[in-house]
Amino acid sequence: MSEKQEMSGAEMVIRALAENGVDTVFGYPGGAVLPIYDEIFQQEEIQHILVRHEQGAGHAAEGYARSTGKPGVVLVTSGPGATNMVTALQDALMDSIPLVCLTGQVPTPLIGSDAFQEADTVGITRPCTKHNWLVRSVEELPLVIHEAFYVAANGRPGPVLIDIPKDVQFAMGTYIPKSQFKHTSYVPRVNGELSQIQEAVELMANAKKPIIYTGGGVINSGKEASHLLRELVSITNFPITSTLMGLGAYPASGDNWLGMLGMHGTYEANWAMHDCDVMVCIGARFDDRITGRIDGFSPNSKKIHIDIDPSSINKNVRVDVPIIGDVAHVLEDMVRLWRAHATKPDKAALDAWWAQIGEWRDRRCLDYKNSKDVIMPQYAIERLYELTKDKNAYITTEVGQHQMWAAQFYQFDEPNRWMTSGGLGTMGYGLPAALGVQIAHPDALVIDIAGDASVLMNMQEMSCAAQFEAPIKIFIMNNQYMGMVRQWQQLLHGNRLSHSYTEALPDFVKLAEAYGAVGIRAEKPAELDDAIMEMIEVDKPVIFDCRVANLANCFPMIPSGKAHNEMLLPDDASDEAVATAIDEKGKQLV
Amino acid sequence: MNAHKTGTGSAYFIVKETERPRQHLLSVLVDNQPGVLARVIGLFSGRGYNIESLTVSETSHEKHLSRITIVSSGTEHVLEQIKKQLERTVPVHRVVDLTLLSEERGYDKPLERELALVKVAGKGNDRVEAMRLADAFRAQVIDASTEHFTFEITGRISKIEQFIAIMEPLGLVEVCRTGVAAVGRGPDGMSNQQ
Repeated sequence: MSEKQEMSGAEMVIRALAENGVDTVFGYPGGAVLPIYDEIFQQEEIQHILVRHEQGAGHAAEGYARSTGKPGVVLVTSGPGATNMVTALQDALMDSIPLVCLTGQVPTPLIGSDAFQEADTVGITRPCTKHNWLVRSVEELPLVIHEAFYVAANGRPGPVLIDIPKDVQFAMGTYIPKSQFKHTSYVPRVNGELSQIQEAVELMANAKKPIIYTGGGVINSGKEASHLLRELVSITNFPITSTLMGLGAYPASGDNWLGMLGMHGTYEANWAMHDCDVMVCIGARFDDRITGRIDGFSPNSKKIHIDIDPSSINKNVRVDVPIIGDVAHVLEDMVRLWRAHATKPDKAALDAWWAQIGEWRDRRCLDYKNSKDVIMPQYAIERLYELTKDKNAYITTEVGQHQMWAAQFYQFDEPNRWMTSGGLGTMGYGLPAALGVQIAHPDALVIDIAGDASVLMNMQEMSCAAQFEAPIKIFIMNNQYMGMVRQWQQLLHGNRLSHSYTEALPDFVKLAEAYGAVGIRAEKPAELDDAIMEMIEVDKPVIFDCRVANLANCFPMIPSGKAHNEMLLPDDASDEAVATAIDEKGKQLV
Repeated sequence: MNAHKTGTGSAYFIVKETERPRQHLLSVLVDNQPGVLARVIGLFSGRGYNIESLTVSETSHEKHLSRITIVSSGTEHVLEQIKKQLERTVPVHRVVDLTLLSEERGYDKPLERELALVKVAGKGNDRVEAMRLADAFRAQVIDASTEHFTFEITGRISKIEQFIAIMEPLGLVEVCRTGVAAVGRGPDGMSNQQ
């Protein structure tokens, strides 16, 4: 290579980012990262998106990562810059999103002296990253950055952090290219054990009541995994359900789709999980929002579990056939072995199973009572879906009732179109995540389905959207409550609505205008469609204040302490049933 | 909030653990880099696992590898999780459950040794008795005055515990223990085990 190899640490950072395929960095400058910002100023290879709060940078990078499949990159300063990133790092850890976070640190001689804007960043972020590094000399800097990208993206993806003291950024050293990096200890297994896959195929071929249960691991594994999953479903004719994180891997318009499972999943998905005899879990982790009561979870099934992370196997639920490997690699073998397998499931049994599922579907668990006078939240999402479904839209959400309604009523047909905070449940995720998605896909329609409470947590990023002309659409389902908190208070705490009502919300239309965005309000069902169309057509950021029924609740629901076959449906959910749905024991469980 | 009504304070879907915890010896080979010990300990505290003893030292200077020996206790399920959680930690090269390995190979237990320094002060009969018992336990005197002995004793945990208990009434002043060092029995080393 003829390029010079002697350079400052700050230059190395830019060089290493570019070498690792980075085109965008989300960040916020400060004293301890000024040398890196000075290098950013002098180049054009990498664009920098200036956020308004470091947490916003983190979620924007998550949105970028989840919609592209590439690691998201964040650059923030020491001390408060780093501590503001903690929520986003933990969010990415829980949802297995690859992030590389660069933080500035006070100069090495000052570490430990309580210097200005000093924090023990690697100490604080150790439990909320997959791995982190404090770089003590410029010689190790390039290799650490290459390693960081390797660790973030390989195996089960996750966030990593590199803490770079300011003197290391100034110091001169020799750049080491990526080709000279090789990891010795962290080498995750991608191919599944063939004998295990064969055993799984054997179980599946003899199943009478099978189900496929997928999760975010299918999305993380890449487009090929979703493609193979569709093939597997089509050649087996098994019913399929998915977690919140896995929506879109199998199309919601597909014949075998049962809808999402879990606490706010569909009746048919949860009952099929409960009654199945063979469960094929693909890239999901038996989270407590999915299983409900563990001792009542799918009691009569043999369980197959495909996961790249060995620690997910047998963590919450004992499985019969564990397969450790990358979803796409394993599914490729599974599809091949299935095709070659001599016996196929008993057709009569599978037909009977589908007939049973048909009966559960006939309960029409997502039906709701519509109104001519007020916009029902479910109706709002249905209309939003109908009016955007041909536009290849990207949807992000905040956390709460609106998030569950979005998962239930927006139909995802493709992977990487759905960005939501699943594991951590971070209110304030959706707006910056939408920003990150929009930066990655400048011409796409990107909508944050938001709640009025969550959206205020990172509202400041509207200013960033305006600066970078990112025409994100913030669709607020405004019921003036923290709806999910209120729903739990109604269920658990005698309808005492302690601090879940927001008495003084801003005027969202005026707020939009203050940010240089467009504000739209819809208050009646009759005006909803026109307002949504206006939102789609505007080529600017939009805040849409959709005034929805204030007291609507989110059903179906598995109350705490109950199993999949004990769900509450909307028509059962009289005030009395709601009040007694959770017994004393369940009340501790939340 | 309603926990007082039923007398338990747990959260989420708890299934009561009925299995008895067992004690296992784990050997963990790690890169000797800053923070690696904090990472291992943080994993235990963060996930609520027990550490009953922990020993660490660099064992390969040229490769900068350290060997951590941990005595932990938990149910079989928890011990399996501990091993997997350690294995997926980035600077960890290898984790061997020495207790399981011994069982698989038909041995009773892995080889384990601990060293303790035990200071005993006293005069007259107690002093004579302390010296006699130290001989019986093959403890070495490494420091002495007319008023005290400091013993160095090496052995299995149970032997150390017993020695300390016996010294208690004879004027035990202080104890310092190294924690357990352990290797598997037989000719194989850690890197070609399991």
